[in-house]
Amino acid sequence: MRTPNTPTPNPPTPNAPAATAGPALDVRGLRITLPGTARPVLDGVDLTVGAGETVALVGESGSGKSLTSRSALRLLPPGAVVEGVVRVAGRDVLTLDPAALRAVRSTAAAMVFQDPRAAVNPLRRIGDFLTEGVTLTGTMGRNEATARAGELLRAVGLDASVLRKYPGQVSGGMLQRVVIAAALMGDPVLLLADEPTTALDVTSQAEVIALLAALRERFGTGLLFVTHDLDLAAAISDRVYVMYAGRIAETGPAEELFARPRHPYTAALLASTPRMDGPRGRLAAIAGMPPDLRVELPGCAFAARCPLATEVCDREAPRPAAAPGRPEHRAACHHSDRLEGSAVDAR
Amino acid sequence: MAATLLVASFVVFGALYLAPGNPASFLLAGRSASPEALAAINAQYHLDDPFLVRYLRWLGDVLHGDFGRSITYRTDVSRLLADRLPTTLVLIAMSLVVVVAVGLLLGRIAAVRGGATDSAILVTTTFAVGTPSFVAAVLLQGVFAVDLGWFPSSGTGEGGFGDLVRHLVLPSVALALYLIGMLARVTRSAMLEALDSEHVTVARSRGVPERQVVRRHVFRNSLGTVLTTGGLIVSTLLVCTILVETAFSVGGIGQLLELSTTTKDFPTVQAISLIIVALFMTVNLLVDLALPLVDPRVTLGSRRAAA
Repeated sequence: MRTPNTPTPNPPTPNAPAATAGPALDVRGLRITLPGTARPVLDGVDLTVGAGETVALVGESGSGKSLTSRSALRLLPPGAVVEGVVRVAGRDVLTLDPAALRAVRSTAAAMVFQDPRAAVNPLRRIGDFLTEGVTLTGTMGRNEATARAGELLRAVGLDASVLRKYPGQVSGGMLQRVVIAAALMGDPVLLLADEPTTALDVTSQAEVIALLAALRERFGTGLLFVTHDLDLAAAISDRVYVMYAGRIAETGPAEELFARPRHPYTAALLASTPRMDGPRGRLAAIAGMPPDLRVELPGCAFAARCPLATEVCDREAPRPAAAPGRPEHRAACHHSDRLEGSAVDAR
Repeated sequence: MAATLLVASFVVFGALYLAPGNPASFLLAGRSASPEALAAINAQYHLDDPFLVRYLRWLGDVLHGDFGRSITYRTDVSRLLADRLPTTLVLIAMSLVVVVAVGLLLGRIAAVRGGATDSAILVTTTFAVGTPSFVAAVLLQGVFAVDLGWFPSSGTGEGGFGDLVRHLVLPSVALALYLIGMLARVTRSAMLEALDSEHVTVARSRGVPERQVVRRHVFRNSLGTVLTTGGLIVSTLLVCTILVETAFSVGGIGQLLELSTTTKDFPTVQAISLIIVALFMTVNLLVDLALPLVDPRVTLGSRRAAA
C-alpha cells in the first residue's frame, strides 16, 4: 500500500491557508424546502467544522447528509427554497454573487465525490480535470497549475505521468486519488468528502481513508466526512453528527457519542451494526421506515420507530440539549436521560 | 472496403437489367427498326453478350477509369462526370456548411436555454424535418427568387466560381433544411444527456464558469453522437441532390442521374451510382477514423475487433 509522504512543515503552496480564526464551515439554522413536499428536507441544521478538524456526518439514505454537505458549495437541487446561513471560511455562500461563489468553489471549499468514474469526464485528460477549476477561475496560471497538479499527484501516491492519461486508463482507486488531488488544487480550508469510499473495493477504501487523514494533517484542512458507516466515522473523526429525516439527532465527540449515545436513533444504529465479536444471529434492524417527505412532522421525526416514544414525542419536536457535565454532547430527544445506561444501549 | 465496392459494383450493374425496357428500344423511340439496325446497335453496346461477360468487361474498364460511352449523350461518361461532379460537390459542401453551422447552433441553444426557446426550436425543426426538399425548393424559389429576386431561381450561371456559388445558395438551403432539423434534434438530445451527467455537477462545484462547463463537458461530450450523425447527413445529402438539382435545374450529377435513369442510359447510371456508393463509403470511413479523436474510449483496434 502506498502511503503519502510524511507531513512537511511547509505545505507546497505559494499561498498557504489563510489563518482564519473562525471555523472552516459554519452552518446555522439551515432549512431547505423542495417543491412538492410537505416538510423541509433539511430542518434547522446546525453544524460546525473547525479549521483542521475532522467531522463525520452520519445518517441513512435520504436523511439529508449529502444535501447538507453540498450546501457548503451551494450545490442545491432546482427549485430549492433555502433559509439559514452557511459560512465557508467566514463567507456566507448562500448570498454570494456568481463570481464570488466561483471563487469560493475553486479555492475555499472542495468536494470529493462518491463515484470517481462518474465525477471525472471520461473524454478529457486527467491533467485537464486537475487544473480546470483553478485555471478557468483565474486563480492560477496554466503552468503553475500543472506544476501544482504534479506535486499533488505525488502527495496522493501517484506520479505525474497520470496527467497525460485518460480516466479510462487508470483504476477506480487511482481515480479517486486523482479526485482527492483535484479537491486540494485550490488549497481549500474545507474538504467535503461525500461517501468517498462507497464505490471502491475494500483495499482501496482503506487507502483512501488513510490518505484523507494524512492530507488533512499535512494541509490543515477541515474535513467533513459524510458516511453511513458508523465504524468508519468512529475511527477517523473528532466529532460526529447523526442526522435523521433532515434534522440533527445527536452530536458530540466521537468516543462519547458512540460509547454513551443519548438519542435512541443513534443507539438503534449502533445496535444494528454487525460485529465480529458480537453474538451470531439476526441483526437488530430498526423497525419501520424513515418518514415520508410528503408527511408533516410536528413532533420528533423518530417517534414512530422509537421504543422510548411517549405522547409528548408526537406532539412536540425536541430541542437539542447537552448531556449533564458534557456540554459538547447534545441530543434532540425528550427521553435522553432514560436512554443513558439503559438496555437500548447495545454497547 | 474494396470487397464492399466490388459487391456494390455488381449490384449497381445488375440492377438496371432487372428494370423493364432496354436501351436499344429507347434509342429507337418506338420507331420500327430493321433487324440489321437493331443488331448494329446491340453489337455497338455489346447488348448481346451474356450478363457476366458484360459485367466483367465493364468492371475492367471502370478499373482503368473508363466508364464507357453515354448512350443518350454520345460522349464518354467520364467526360460527362468531369463536367458535372464539381458542381454537385460544391453544392454538397455548401449545404454541409449550412447544416453543421445552423444545426449545431440551434441544438446547442435549445439544450442550454430550455423553456420557451427550446419549445420554439423544437416546433421549427419539426417543420423543417417534415418538409420534403422538393417542396422546400418550390417555396424558396417563390420567395427568394421570384418575389424578392435575391438569388437566381435555376441553373448554374455563366461566370466563374462566385456566380456558381450565388446560383447554388437556394439549392443548398433547400437541401439543408431537413438535415438542419435532424442535426439540431440530435445535438439537443445528446447535450441534454451530457448535461445530466455527474461530472458536469462536479465541474460546477469546482467553480468552472457555466459557459466553460457547457463547452468543455456538455458540447464536447455530445460530439461523438454528432459525428456519427454526420456520416448519415452526408449520405442523405448525396441522395437528395437528385431531387434538388432537378428542381433547380442545376446541372450536377444528381440531375444527370435522374435524366439518364429515365432514358435508360445504362453506362451513365452505373457510373454515377458507383460514385455515390464510393463517396458514401469514404465518408463513413472518415467518420470511423475520426471517432477515436473525439472519444478516447474508442480505439481503432477495438472497433476493428468488434466489426
